[in-house]
Amino acid sequence: MAGTVAAPRWPGAATTIGLRDPRGSTLGIVNPVGILPEPIEALLETALVSELTVVDGSGLPVTHPLIPLYDGEVIYLTSSILFSKKLEHIKANPKVSVSISDPVAVDVEPFRRATIQGDATVDDSDLHAGWERVLPLWRKKEPAIDMFLGKRVALPLFFERAVIEVRPTRAFLWDDGATDRPPQVFELAKAMA
Amino acid sequence: MKPTPELIAGLESRFEHAVIAFVDDDGYPLSVATGFRADPDRGVVILNTVAGEDVQPPEGERVNVVFSHIRPQPGIGYDERRYVSLWGPLQAIEGKLELAPDRAQGWDEQEMSFFEFSERGVPQARKYLDQLSEETGREVRPKLSFGWLFLRATRLPFLTATFVPVLLGIAVAAWKDGFNWWLALLTVIGGASVHLGLNVANDVFDTRSGADEANVNPTQFSGGSRVILYGLLSMRQMTLLSFAFYAIGIGIGIGLAAASGWGLLWVGVAGALISVFYTAPPLQLVHRGLGEICVLLGFGPIMALGAYYVQTGSYDLEPLLASIPVGILIALILYLNEVPDRPADAKAGKRTLPVRFSKKAVIRGYVGAVVVTFGLIAVFAITGLIVRPTIIALAAAPLALPVIRALRESYESPYALMPAMGRNIQLHLATGVLLILGYVIALVADGVLDDPPSLLT
Repeated sequence: MAGTVAAPRWPGAATTIGLRDPRGSTLGIVNPVGILPEPIEALLETALVSELTVVDGSGLPVTHPLIPLYDGEVIYLTSSILFSKKLEHIKANPKVSVSISDPVAVDVEPFRRATIQGDATVDDSDLHAGWERVLPLWRKKEPAIDMFLGKRVALPLFFERAVIEVRPTRAFLWDDGATDRPPQVFELAKAMA
Repeated sequence: MKPTPELIAGLESRFEHAVIAFVDDDGYPLSVATGFRADPDRGVVILNTVAGEDVQPPEGERVNVVFSHIRPQPGIGYDERRYVSLWGPLQAIEGKLELAPDRAQGWDEQEMSFFEFSERGVPQARKYLDQLSEETGREVRPKLSFGWLFLRATRLPFLTATFVPVLLGIAVAAWKDGFNWWLALLTVIGGASVHLGLNVANDVFDTRSGADEANVNPTQFSGGSRVILYGLLSMRQMTLLSFAFYAIGIGIGIGLAAASGWGLLWVGVAGALISVFYTAPPLQLVHRGLGEICVLLGFGPIMALGAYYVQTGSYDLEPLLASIPVGILIALILYLNEVPDRPADAKAGKRTLPVRFSKKAVIRGYVGAVVVTFGLIAVFAITGLIVRPTIIALAAAPLALPVIRALRESYESPYALMPAMGRNIQLHLATGVLLILGYVIALVADGVLDDPPSLLT
């Protein structure tokens, strides 16, 4: 460790995480409310779209735009079985990343960007209704989902869905969204262990 | 698919930024946003470099670059969804990163409707369900509540096609001879059962022939119920359901024939044969461009004459004439609904009229049929071949105008045609209801007035 930050960077101390500076040294820092630093949590809470990247069978990354949902601990994404290739990939290789990059799709000031790496699991134990546990989080971002759900008869397979649960292990934050400057790097798993 | 110069040329106007995704040294994917410009002439995308050794994309290796866009809609969610995903090797050239993509995929909801995008995912959904069934050792199937499933599997809302001619036949009988509530009720139930049996059988045969699977543009009015294709019900369940409906319909028909006269069997047998051989081999009448004629006869004269016979024990010209306009209009429902289905129908060897004819000919056919329909109503009513108050059915004619307009403007767009398909059903329903109302007016006038004027009878 290169040093310790005495005061929390964000209010509401909860867990300790490792922060590496852009040169690669790790700083001790106190995390706020949830698992992730507050600026990243704020992004997750408002973002209407994120990019979920999975690794396919040949080792190539495959990126899918999806709504990210967050409960302070786990990032949830849901996928219809109509678009379930990503679920097959995650089952074969649980390493994923979720990035939030679109300034139009987030409501935070000042704008920032983040990428979270983590380990994902697929909950497809009840495709018909299991995903409804994340419906309250989904509804906050896309109120029209209730209207679509009311027309379930018209889109029966769209509402057969799995839940992807991502447990963050590392996060990258670009404070002003500019990726021509190095990000802050948060080693979450190491500190949590 | 291969990225085209057009796809690359359109990136700058359609997207604000790119996201480079690669796999890092720990085996985790990592994605970083950056600016970009497109060079369609060279077939490459020039990306700005990113800073920080932790997030450096690997040079010379294959990466995924994704471009994504939405438009937030406060209080609703978002729209204008589109994305393009490119794969290819990444090279550092003159302080930039150059992607030479060799593979692409994407979706733009303004170019392909969400319904079609979803429909194209059905084979993947079925594959996933099969895999999950294998993993869990139990059959995993999609579900719908019983009510919704019944409605979807039977296409229940289309029963108006049966109610209109049956009630019209009963109304003509009531005007000419008499009326029995119980017989009327059984006629409606029997007719509806045969109709539902036909709907379900149609799905069985269209699934077998591959017509439903080939159709990626189903609408709520066309493309079948798709319950077998989606795995909501099995082929066996649908076959049994079809047999059950036919058994009920035929059973009621035999009972009605016993009560009213065995002459009913003539129309009963004709209706059953048309219904069965509409999609069933070896005749497959709908595959030969005869679907409209079958539907015209089955949901026009046959239903109306049968309902009339049940009430009166005889046949007559008047129910036949009264039912021809509703028969033509129900055939036009099929005719219009076949327009979006024509690529899939053609693929499955279903040579419907819209498959056989050009857009111009199909539109002319529709306009001509509407003119004939309302012309017949006018002639029959004015000459007294059917009761004169049925002239009010002409009031429904303007409902055809938006359908004709939509055919001209949205012939190639299944989802833009959907409102017109709904309006076309309203045209049939409104015309049928007004014809029935014409008979009710005549009946009331005859019952209330000692000497009703000829305009009311």
